Parts: sequence; structure tokens; C-alpha cells
Amino acid sequence: MMAGLGTLLGDYTVQNVLLGAVFLGIVSGVLGSFAVLRQQSLLGDALAHAALPGVCLGFLIAGARSLPWILAGALATGVLAALTMLLLIRRSRLKTDAGLGIVLSLFFAAGVVLLTYIQGQPNAAQGGLDTFLFGQAAATLRSDLYLMGGITAAALTLVAALWKELKLVTFDPQFAGAIGLPVTVLEVVLTAMIALAVVVGLQMVGVVLMTAMVIAPAAAARQWVKRLGAMVALAAALGVAAGATGSLVSASGANLATGPLIVLTASALVLGSLLLAPGRGLAWAQLRRWRERRAIGERQVLATLYRLAAAHYDPAYPTELGTLDTLYGGTPRRALRRLERRGLIAPVAHMPHEEGPHWELTEAGRRAAERTLEGNSGGAG
Amino acid sequence: MLEALLANQALTITLTGALVGVAGSLVGTFLLLRGSAMLSDAMSHSIVFGIVVVWLLTHAQSGPVQIIGAALTGVLTVVLTELLTRTRRVKNDAAIGLVFPALFAAGVLLLNLYARDVHIDTHTVLLGEIGFVWLDTLSLGGYEVPQALLWMGVVTLVNAAFVGGLYKELKLATFDPQLAAALGFAPTALFYALLLLTSATAVAAFDAVGAVLFIAFAIVPPATAYLLTDRLWLMLLLGALVAIAASVGGYAAAVQLDVSIGGTMALMTGACLALAFLLGPRHGLAAQAWRHWRQRYANEARALAIYLYEREDRGVPTAEAELAAVLEDELGWPTAQAAAVLERSRRSGLIRRDGSGVHLTPKGRETARALRQPWRRREADPAA
Repeated sequence: MMAGLGTLLGDYTVQNVLLGAVFLGIVSGVLGSFAVLRQQSLLGDALAHAALPGVCLGFLIAGARSLPWILAGALATGVLAALTMLLLIRRSRLKTDAGLGIVLSLFFAAGVVLLTYIQGQPNAAQGGLDTFLFGQAAATLRSDLYLMGGITAAALTLVAALWKELKLVTFDPQFAGAIGLPVTVLEVVLTAMIALAVVVGLQMVGVVLMTAMVIAPAAAARQWVKRLGAMVALAAALGVAAGATGSLVSASGANLATGPLIVLTASALVLGSLLLAPGRGLAWAQLRRWRERRAIGERQVLATLYRLAAAHYDPAYPTELGTLDTLYGGTPRRALRRLERRGLIAPVAHMPHEEGPHWELTEAGRRAAERTLEGNSGGAG
Repeated sequence: MLEALLANQALTITLTGALVGVAGSLVGTFLLLRGSAMLSDAMSHSIVFGIVVVWLLTHAQSGPVQIIGAALTGVLTVVLTELLTRTRRVKNDAAIGLVFPALFAAGVLLLNLYARDVHIDTHTVLLGEIGFVWLDTLSLGGYEVPQALLWMGVVTLVNAAFVGGLYKELKLATFDPQLAAALGFAPTALFYALLLLTSATAVAAFDAVGAVLFIAFAIVPPATAYLLTDRLWLMLLLGALVAIAASVGGYAAAVQLDVSIGGTMALMTGACLALAFLLGPRHGLAAQAWRHWRQRYANEARALAIYLYEREDRGVPTAEAELAAVLEDELGWPTAQAAAVLERSRRSGLIRRDGSGVHLTPKGRETARALRQPWRRREADPAA
């Protein structure tokens, strides 16, 4: 197994794929964090689909499958799509959701038309464009990596340089405007960065599924941490993990498209984070709820036994199981068993030949019941 | 006669495209008005998963089993999104963007894995094959009816029956869900029925236009109609007309240019939208600009009238020679603008220029007076 992994890692293609996954993960994690926090996740969806006509235009301009041109085209149509959407929702009565849907589907339609136009051309180099739909990690070349690395570095530099400003615009745009930051410019920068993230992912994930890479790592990271810096770093790490896993499986030759594998890995990471993240995890929340419900049930039983004892002026009053059944509409057997194990109540034999089991409070049980009742009457609990 | 029609490929293709658009915009109209247009995006992606699963389980590649089975995945997407949003761990938009890509990715992966057994490839998923719908036919009453056309027809009828039969309820639930709930019209159930139909439409349209282009057919015609009218019934009608026009125009253009027919039809809906956006009667850019200009002209004319009125009241005549300087100083109008305002006011009969100076006409005086003393019905008679 380890030897197999070693051979795999030594492979030239696999090295390329892994490096590509690292770039993809970093860019989509970092830039996606801002998109998710600003509730612009679906803009990523629209911009990802809108990259398709750009890919085709880049191909048509370069006359071959030249990645720099293709990525430049994708970036251009991505930004154009964002601007078109802004124009639509600012200057007409259409709302954001309609604007997104319109831009997404129409730009994609333009891409489809261009794609079929290119396929109709007598050009031998046309084959590779389909891979931009679902991504093909194995097709990554060393020269592509320089480009992806360059874009990643540029995006990271931009984020680092504008960190304070971006943070403020993300969390409190009104305040940012009030202290004189150019909010509109920064929002345009953030939108353009989503387009940039999409561009880096084209080769690996493809236009259709890049939306998930913008959202998933950031959404997963958000579950674990509260600070923006930590979220961005963790999102990048999770993005790299998803990218590496998915692309390695794809490159190992099972003829599976890379994009879906990466996206499913990222989705699994989101699911895991939602369930298990400390503090926010749903599993923990469920566990807390169970524990609380259990504790409340136990306190109720204790209080009942205590009050019955008090009502009979007998601290060792043996309460019959049937009484509890009537009170609770069912036997709190498990609560009784747990209380017994903790030594708060004890079973007593009381006319065993006629009736069911009886329970009395132990000394510790009485004290616990008093604490509970005091807490309640004091208004604190 | 019917046989001849069905044998006509161009007609079959155009008709299929038109039905996709009509059925899509019937339900899309309500999604758009509710502000849930992006749900059509989410559903049309995730039905891919449903289509593949239904195929692997039952080998149904069209027909009611396939349509309803796969449509349930679309509804499942919305349910999962709701559940995810309700945990309050992610926002609604992120929840949509997490659920449908996962289902879509799973669908594509299954296609990859069972590529040899499945009738569609990943290429069709995105692009559709509306150009070949006439190849896959079903014998019905002695006629060879293309499957896609048949099922699109059925779905269109169902959608039309749903919208027609529950028109009042849908209208109320869309525009005032609280009132609808209070009156006992179960707006949520209605909404999910709408989602199921949208999803079913996407499935029926899938072979023809694929997963993504369907969004254009479902959202863009209603959006176009929304820019043209405020009436719901008219919006539905206009949406259907746009869809039909786009289908006819798109087919012609696509054949001319030898490109994707589905893509061109979708682009044609976009062209209709662009036209409505620019030239719509009330909400269009041109109409907005026209209103804006007219308002500005009216304000300028009023300002001039009031200004002259006050001068005349004070007994200060306005001579031609000083006119430009005065208007620039007092109203801040550059010479060119002042000249334009004077000319427009003269033409609309508010002022009179007799070579020596500028005077308000009786109509101009009345305009200015009505603005300054809106509580009086007419100018006080100095003789009285």
C-alpha cells in the first residue's frame, strides 16, 4: 500500500495533479470564505457557468488549446457576467435570484453555442475543450501549473494586502462606508476574486462544479473556527485535501472525471464538519440534548420521590413503581436504573408478595433532590 | 396529415423546444415571483442523479416512472436545503450551493462508472440533444410520436391544468403567503407541488436541452414577461409567447449557423429579455430614460415660469440682453441649457419673446401661479 502510494507520488503526472490540487484548494478556500460569509455563494455558481463562453472564446482567439488564453477568456466572461447581473438587478425590477439564474443560463447557453461552433470547425486541436466541463486533472501540464500558481500567488497577495478592508466590508459594510472605505470598489474586488477562483479551478474541476469548490471548503471551515484568519487558513487546507484526494483517485486511471470526485470529497468534509465540529457540531448538539433530557428526567423522578416522602412524613417512604407509572404515563425505568447506579435511590422490598418493586431515596438522593428543588424555587434553575 | 407533421424534423424540434419553454415558464413564473428562481438551477442539476438512479433501477429512460422518480430528486434537493438551513449552521444560499453540486457530482460519477449501461453521456447532461429528438419515437395510435415531444406535451398539459385549476390559490400564495396560510390554502403544500412540477418538467426536458439550458427556458421567458406587465395572467401568456418565439427563432438561427439548437433557443430567450429590458413600455431602460427627461424638462419649464412670474410681480422686466446672464446667475443654467429651456417653453406656449424681452403668456402665468398658490383656483382679479 505504502509502496503503491510512493510510486504514485513519484509519477510525473501525479505530481502535477497534486500541485494543481494545492493551488485549487488554496484559492477556492481563501476566496470562497469571503463569498460564503457575504452570502454570495450562488454568485460563484453563476460565475462558474459563465466561464464556459470565455473558455471557448479563449480557444477561438488563440486558435488552439492554450491555457493562458482560455483562462483569460474565462475571467473576462466571468466578470462580464457579474456586471450584467448588476445591471439587470439595479436597472430593472428583477431580483437577485432572477439575475443570477438569467446570467448563469444565458452565458452557459452562449458557451454551448460556441462549443458546437468550434466542434464544427475543421480544426484538429479542438478535442480538449470538453474537459473544461467536468475537469480533467490528468491533463494538467507543468506549464499550466506555472499559470495556476501565478494566479494563486496574485490572489493571495491581493487578499493579504487588503485584509483589513476586506474583513470590514465582509462583516460590516455600513461601517466600512461610514469610515470612508471605497465599499463599491472592494465589493467589485471580492466579486472579481470569485471569478479568479473559478478560473484556477477550470482545469481540475470544470465549469459546472466549481461552485461547490467555492462554497464547500469555506462552509466546512466555518464550523470549526470563529475567526476569519483561521477560517480562511482552514478552508484552504480543506480545499487542498479535497482537491488532492479527488484528483489522485481520478488520475489513478479509473476514467472518472475529476470534478465530481473532488466535489464529493469536499461534500463529505462539509458533512463531517457539520456533524462533528466541536461546539457547533450537530452530533454534539444532539448529544447535549439527550443528556439534558436525561438529566431533567432524573431530576423529575428524584423530586417526585422526595415530595412523596415529604407528604408521608417518612424520609424512607417506599414509592411504588405503579405510582410513578401513573404519574409519568409510563415507567421511567432507565432513569430509575441510572439513579440507582449513582446511589441516589435504592430498591426496597415492601410487601413483595403483592405489589411491584418499590424505591426509596438514599441520603445522597435526598440531598440531591433538595438541591434541585431549591434551585427551582430560587428561580435560578 | 398528423403523420406528415410528425415526420417533419424541423417542426418536431421546434415544437419540442416551444413546449419546454411553455411548460418551463408556466411554473417558472411563480418561482420568479416568489424570489426562488435559483431553485430551478438547483433542481435541474440534481435531477441528473435521479435520472441515472431511476435508469439503473428500472431501465426507464422516459415515461411516467422516469419523470416522477427523477423529479423526486429535485424535490429532495429543496427538502435537504431546507433542513440544512434550519440547522442554522449555514446560510440558505450556501445550503443550496452545497446540496445540488453534491447530487449532481454523484450523478455524473455514476454515469462515469456505468457508462456502458447508461443511455446518456456526460456531454448530453449539459448540452441536450434536441436536434435528435425525432429519432427516438414511440408508437401511439398508429403514429410514430417522438418520446421527448410526447412527454413534454403531457407535462405541459399537467402544468397548464395545475396553473389553470389552482390559479387563484397560486396567486394568493405567491403574493401574500401569510394571508393564504391564514385562509387555509396551505401555501407550503402548493409550493412543493409547484417544485415537483418544475422538477418533472426539467426531467422531461432533459433529453432535449440538458440540465443547465433548462434554467434558461424556465426563468428567462417569465423574467422577460415580468419586465413587460404587472398582470399575472398576462405574464403567463407573454412568457409562453416568448418561449415559442425563441424556439422558432432559435431553430432557424441554429440551422443557419450550424451550432447547438438548444443553446441557440436559450440565447433567443435572452435576446427577448434584452429587448424587454431596453424597450419595455414601463420598466424598460428607454422608458425610464424618457420619463426621466420629461420630468427634467417639466421641472425646468416650471422653474423658469416661477422665476419670470416673481420678476413680473416685482415689476422687473426681463430684457433679451440680460437674459442669459440672469438665468445663469439666478438659476445656475449655462447659456446652452438656458437657450434650450427658453425654446421649449416658448414652443409649449408658456412664454412669449417679442424681441425686446421675455414675457409669460397667460398660460405661463397661470402655470406659475398654480405652483406658488396651489390653494387658489385662479389668479385673484386685481379689479375685485
